[in-house]
Amino acid sequence: MEKHLLSGNEAIARGAYEAGVKVCSAYPGTPSTEIFENLPQYKDALYCEWAPNEKVATEVAYGAAIGGARSLTAMKHVGLNVAADPLFTAAYNGVNSGFVIVTADDPSMHSSQNEQDNRRYARFAKVALIEPSDSQECIDFMKEAYRISERFDMPVIFRTTTNISHSKSLVTFSEREEAEPIPYTRNTRKFNCAPANAYRNHPKVEQNLKALEEYGCTCPINKLELRGGKLGVITAGIAYQYAKDVFPEDTSFLKLGLTNPLPMKLIRDFASKVEKLYVIEELEGLMEEQLKAAGIDCVGKELVSNLYELNPQRLREMLFGVKPETKALPVKPVSRPPTLCPGCPHRGFFYTMSKGKDFVIAGDIGCYTLGANPPLNALDTCICMGAGFSAGMGMSKAFDVTGQKKKVFGVVGDSTFFHSGMTGAAEILYNKGNIIPVVLDNHITGMTGHQDNPGSGYTLQGEMAAAIKIEDVLRAFGYQNVIIVDPQDLKAMQKAVDDALASEVPAAIIARRPCLLIKRIKHDIGQCVVDTDKCIGCRMCLKVGCPAVMVKGKKSSIDPTQCVGCTLCAQVCPVGAISRKESKA
Amino acid sequence: MSTKSAILVGVGGQGAILTAKVLVNGLMKAGCDVKMSEVHGMSQRGGSVSTQVHWGDKVYSPVIGPGAADLLVAFEKMEAVRYAQFLKPDGVAVINDYELPSATIAAGLEEYPAGCLEAMEANFRCLTLNAAQIAAELGNPKCMNIVLFGAMTKALHFGDIDWEDVIRETVPAKFLELNLAAFRAGRDAV
Repeated sequence: MEKHLLSGNEAIARGAYEAGVKVCSAYPGTPSTEIFENLPQYKDALYCEWAPNEKVATEVAYGAAIGGARSLTAMKHVGLNVAADPLFTAAYNGVNSGFVIVTADDPSMHSSQNEQDNRRYARFAKVALIEPSDSQECIDFMKEAYRISERFDMPVIFRTTTNISHSKSLVTFSEREEAEPIPYTRNTRKFNCAPANAYRNHPKVEQNLKALEEYGCTCPINKLELRGGKLGVITAGIAYQYAKDVFPEDTSFLKLGLTNPLPMKLIRDFASKVEKLYVIEELEGLMEEQLKAAGIDCVGKELVSNLYELNPQRLREMLFGVKPETKALPVKPVSRPPTLCPGCPHRGFFYTMSKGKDFVIAGDIGCYTLGANPPLNALDTCICMGAGFSAGMGMSKAFDVTGQKKKVFGVVGDSTFFHSGMTGAAEILYNKGNIIPVVLDNHITGMTGHQDNPGSGYTLQGEMAAAIKIEDVLRAFGYQNVIIVDPQDLKAMQKAVDDALASEVPAAIIARRPCLLIKRIKHDIGQCVVDTDKCIGCRMCLKVGCPAVMVKGKKSSIDPTQCVGCTLCAQVCPVGAISRKESKA
Repeated sequence: MSTKSAILVGVGGQGAILTAKVLVNGLMKAGCDVKMSEVHGMSQRGGSVSTQVHWGDKVYSPVIGPGAADLLVAFEKMEAVRYAQFLKPDGVAVINDYELPSATIAAGLEEYPAGCLEAMEANFRCLTLNAAQIAAELGNPKCMNIVLFGAMTKALHFGDIDWEDVIRETVPAKFLELNLAAFRAGRDAV
């Protein structure tokens, strides 16, 4: 059979297609994003969309499952914090058609703010948990996830990690199994979570979990690999792959695909067949805690750290004390931290902010978090999606009541504004915040690799859509002074900030310029050059923090392969030594 | 065949991921089990990037830690130093003798470290070439990655693979002649 090399995320999209999924809704977030980017290729067979946030996406997908279509949502681990509310109630109500929530966790925080282990959500919400360990399992386990969801009447959490989602391995495809739509009939008793119904739903949840545990002892995705009787390993997900590389050939494995509820009878049987039992888990010791609580003797987190991503070499050292052999070099490399791209529209805003001595800038999640890096150093906080407005609001209240003289700006991007910035904007207006909300509108969800959003004018399936105007939303709320400015025009940007601070009525700023990486827009690309006769070597141009601007000898120099002619460096040059050529060579 | 591992490193935009794909296509044709992992995310923004490829009869982990790579392919010489800890002591390094300053180096705040190549050559078996110059001489600086790929195929025995055939199947037709020339020039350079 023909083999394909697919990432875990591509394989999950394929698995959803093969499982007969019909409605899909998600919000992008690394490392989950490519799942939905790979769904439009199946749009003849299914509907897929980007929702404004993970809570909305989960509710849309769950609603579709109630309505009779197999449905999918996907998010990064912290996205499930946003979507936790519908998850917990969907767990009590149960489903009609199958409903799967993919959470892509990010051990080692390659691009995340924490390394929370979302397997705990399955235990907490009392739903099934499925963990694939490679791309083929991403396809096969998706199909099993829908069977479990429908048979045991519950949402299923399908959990990957970065090294599952972003690594590629060989798979074979199967035909799509068309799931029969389940006709919808009103069932208030089941789907209305009124207290009296919830009261009666809880015991059903417990019964379903018991039945699922029984099923887990024989189900096809929990696999015994019996070898010798000396060493035994219980493991799941990516940790299985690491353990297979590390333990001796004659080690027996119980590899679990369904990890909540744990199949305790199967585990007890396995434990009785080996002399020494290890539980190998990345991050938290979730299975181990349950084994130990059940009195099953095992070794796990005493040896295997709950910090960061594992790999075979790290695991071998922790388990058996074998250090990898490496050679130390006498040369130290210089780090290459990510920076705002040349021509990034955010740069002009942060450069303007960097000049305000008493400015406090509450930031948010997105490319613009990079405004915190030197030489801009123009961001105070970054907490979670939407907190740029609301945490900034809290800081401004603290400054008011403690008499600290600060000027507070709350900063979110356009996608973040629709995600959860709007509620913060309402809070600021309603409770008379002494803070200027700023939306950095680059027309795209940038950091996750360019996904459309309610302001961009396009849908995930590539259709034109109504583009919601941020200024209309803010004005409708009651911001009477909405200042729209091109952040690349530094004089205008400074004036916008001054005007907003001086405004007698509630003011907000929209710094608007599209991201230069948007392909469907024709950008005005030029080229800046330094007149070295005029350059006095003052290094002012370096303060905008552009990777294309550098110093050669004592004079400034602009890398023509990187420069796009945004002219920020030219605008800050005190002697007019930098000019723009109109077309790029 | 026991599992072998290669790690390809460079700076965003240098074409390390495409090169890894050519390698993987060849290994797949040869019937190997293959796994590949890419570092996504912020590489577009000037960061250092790495891609790992693992192959053999049966591959388990898609990633390795320190001291486990048979082959390191560095598209930039400071990146060779950064990832040298991943090489086995008897591993091979293919190094592009090419320098890309980081943002802090470009801004004059730090200096490009001296002696990158010398340190690598003193510690590992190295195949060094100036792939940027070879690519420029072929008329297109962008084929630097395939020049490096050509050199790489001489660093390890990958099995019986017709790499020119793989390149024919992987690259767009209008760049085929250029890429074949780049591949051959890379092979001849080391």
